[in-house]
Amino acid sequence: MSGINLKVKIGSLELKNPVLLASGTVGYGNEISQFTDLSKIGGIVTKSISLKPRKGNPPQRIVETHGGMLNAIGLANVGVEEFINSKIPFLKEVNSTVICNIAASSVEEYVECTRILTEEDAIKAFEINVSCPNVKDGGLEFGHNPSAVGTITGRVRGATNKPVIIKLSPNVSRISDFAKIVKSEGADAVSAINTLVGTAFNIWTKKPKIKNITGGLSGPAIKPVALAKVLEISRNVDIPIIGIGGIMNWQDAVEFMIAGAAAVELGTVNFVNPNAGIEIINGLTEYCEKINIKEIKEIIASYQL
Amino acid sequence: MLTEIAEVVTVKKYGSNTNLIKVHAPGIASKAEPGQFCNIKVSETNFPLLRRPFSICEVKGEHLFFMFDIQGEGTSILGCKKKGDKLNILGPLGNGFNTGIEFDTAVIVAGGIGAAPFPFLLSRLKKKKVICLVGGRSEAQIITYGMKNIYISTDDGSNGFKGTVVQLAERIKDKFTGGKVQFFACGPNAMLKALKQFCMENNFSCQVSTESAMACGFGICQGCPMPAANEEKYYLVCKDGPVFNAKDIIL
Repeated sequence: MSGINLKVKIGSLELKNPVLLASGTVGYGNEISQFTDLSKIGGIVTKSISLKPRKGNPPQRIVETHGGMLNAIGLANVGVEEFINSKIPFLKEVNSTVICNIAASSVEEYVECTRILTEEDAIKAFEINVSCPNVKDGGLEFGHNPSAVGTITGRVRGATNKPVIIKLSPNVSRISDFAKIVKSEGADAVSAINTLVGTAFNIWTKKPKIKNITGGLSGPAIKPVALAKVLEISRNVDIPIIGIGGIMNWQDAVEFMIAGAAAVELGTVNFVNPNAGIEIINGLTEYCEKINIKEIKEIIASYQL
Repeated sequence: MLTEIAEVVTVKKYGSNTNLIKVHAPGIASKAEPGQFCNIKVSETNFPLLRRPFSICEVKGEHLFFMFDIQGEGTSILGCKKKGDKLNILGPLGNGFNTGIEFDTAVIVAGGIGAAPFPFLLSRLKKKKVICLVGGRSEAQIITYGMKNIYISTDDGSNGFKGTVVQLAERIKDKFTGGKVQFFACGPNAMLKALKQFCMENNFSCQVSTESAMACGFGICQGCPMPAANEEKYYLVCKDGPVFNAKDIIL
């Protein structure tokens, strides 16, 4: 056993290591647990929960692009009630930190979801999705509007004592302005980035490959953009950042932490390698040994510009 | 379900554009059921990024067989594999054909590369009467590998009945006798849709193996919705399918 300490803190939220599995890429944990030991993962961010179940978008929902994929799932989810009844019992047993991601179509719905779910002991923090690019109501409509993001943050903050993380859209000119607003409204942290809006066409039918016309681009193709956004927030706002965007291996995770992330979320890689989380955690330990540090948190925002 | 690093044993050309790859994957082979699929990483790099889903064509001892047409980047890479190459395979995935139900005669309907899952299914139907209907655009797309008691159709008439495989079914439906008849089908969506109609009109039970773009293959990406017929919801092709009762879905 190495003496490396991988613990990090996101505001008051302590994580055994900085590797989280991103919302929408891990369901509610049960499926991926057949391929990986979730108890070793720093945390699991649930698929976005809305007050009522959402059917999601019609097919085709996903398409691969060069170095990435576009998705327009449309926040398909079981809704708060079913989540509590059938998903929380499993999440209670996994012995990882459960962060509940909430999506909504109105400020009231965000507040109501948070108010109900904050009663659940299994949930240790909330990640508020103000930036889903694939639903007509809510989502990016909020995510691109600084005052709407501020209002949602303040109101959700008032509905729970648990840490509140706001998941920011990269589809804005200055992401750090949004980070500033959510900090002033009481958010504990930000996660960045959600997917980038993109599209792809079939050249023979001249139709978009995704039924929703546009989708969210994820995967290694977006990593440089995500890193730049994390760095921008880190240089301008004093708030913990969870870095997300195309992390495929431990080297990518280290890069995000150097750029300012206190923790990272793995997304698309889970679809390809459902055991990636554990491989990356092991890689982080080895990296600490190689550069001769005892605690991973020493590398957070350690950029030399 | 597991991930297994499988060694390629052979890749054989079958017809003009079809390949049959044999890999050594004892873990998956011991668990696989007909109609299930595997999600295969065709490269060791991030390109192509996602795995590719393939029906399990056949299981022989510790070996799995996958049949595929070369259609894009993923299948082109897979078609170039050599003996000894390694493939990272996730499987077996999804729900396969339900053969536990009562029936005496199996009617197999395969369109083009939709023939892929049937050699494995037929290996489990040795005590049943089996009729195979195999269709394709032209003779080059007719795949009869592992089939028996075969009737062929081609759109251009270059082999067998001239017309679609569902028109062929209509033409020879007086042969679908011998106790309770169960259809098993796989092929393009238009074919499955027409076959569902035919089976409903003639009161035949029909299981269809469907396909969809997908990322993970086991339910976490939610990328492969299939509209449910009787409820306001989507099934997932990967987890609830890929085999469905035709009456349960909207094709």
